[in-house]
Amino acid sequence: MAQMQGFGRRYIKAFLKGFFVAVPVTVTFLDRVACIARVEGSSMQPSLNPGGKQVSDIVLLNHWSIRNYEVQRGDIVSLVSPRNPEQKIIKRVIALEGDIIKTISYKKRYVKVPDGHIWVEGDHHGHSFDSNAFGPVSLGLLHARATHILWPPERWQKLPPKLPPERQPLQKEQV
Amino acid sequence: MLWDVMGKTFRLLGYTIQYGCIAHCAFEYLGGIVVCSGPSMEPTIQNSDIVFSEHLSCHFYSIQKGDIVVAKNPTDPKSNICKRVIGLEGDKVCTSSPSDFVKIHSYVPKGHVWLEGDNLRNSADSRCYGPVPYGLIKGRICFKLWPLTDFGFLRASPNSHRICKD
Repeated sequence: MAQMQGFGRRYIKAFLKGFFVAVPVTVTFLDRVACIARVEGSSMQPSLNPGGKQVSDIVLLNHWSIRNYEVQRGDIVSLVSPRNPEQKIIKRVIALEGDIIKTISYKKRYVKVPDGHIWVEGDHHGHSFDSNAFGPVSLGLLHARATHILWPPERWQKLPPKLPPERQPLQKEQV
Repeated sequence: MLWDVMGKTFRLLGYTIQYGCIAHCAFEYLGGIVVCSGPSMEPTIQNSDIVFSEHLSCHFYSIQKGDIVVAKNPTDPKSNICKRVIGLEGDKVCTSSPSDFVKIHSYVPKGHVWLEGDNLRNSADSRCYGPVPYGLIKGRICFKLWPLTDFGFLRASPNSHRICKD
């Protein structure tokens, strides 16, 4: 009986030890290095979810590469929605701070992106809830950068930074 | 000999990673100690006071009007600001400074909060950069640890007339 108890205690101890290693390491890895997420909605067509509603892409989100809030024009990033903090949105970075951008349906025709902000747009104009609706977003809301499409397997690919030529900023920030 | 050194190194590395990850989880999800600097929250929080901030109420979306929060600076994501929540989404707030004769009111948009420092004359807050998205809030400051003479929960806002009641 005593042996039985000792066995149980040892088992629980080992379990707790493993638990306190595995859970924090996993959470930290998912928070800091990379995680995966399913893309919903049609706002990034044709880059993501080209098939419409039947299949939704699963992308790899890289947190590590944006730890200093360094993004390029054309990157696909995920951010916390400024309108609904419980939701994450995935958009393409169009302009960085200091750029002057011609908007599509914003209340102002031309916008200079303020300091610490970026201008994001979905690839599917008109079907995307993006900076044309809520204006420039603060870099602090940045969550991760989408680097690869993982699923479905036939669409496995890298997502290179790609800025549509007609959406180039009118005036880039002087460096 | 070599194996011994290697084993020790790996064990040390493992412990470093494990405790680093535990620390990350604690600071990210539970709370942490914050050293405040700057005059914007005087007289509630003086320069270089040490306070404790908890992050649970931010994750559960239970921030209320009158709470003091730590948030990322909207114009510079690498720095943090410490302000009082004056209005939540849909509230009517006074956007003009107290010395102005003409009072301008506006509504806080969805998913945003209106932040102001307690020291209205010396504070860069929502009156200069507008409403702040909720996603930038990192935690709620609940009590002060240092100086010890002031240990305890924080005082209510000296500008409570600016917090509108509904």
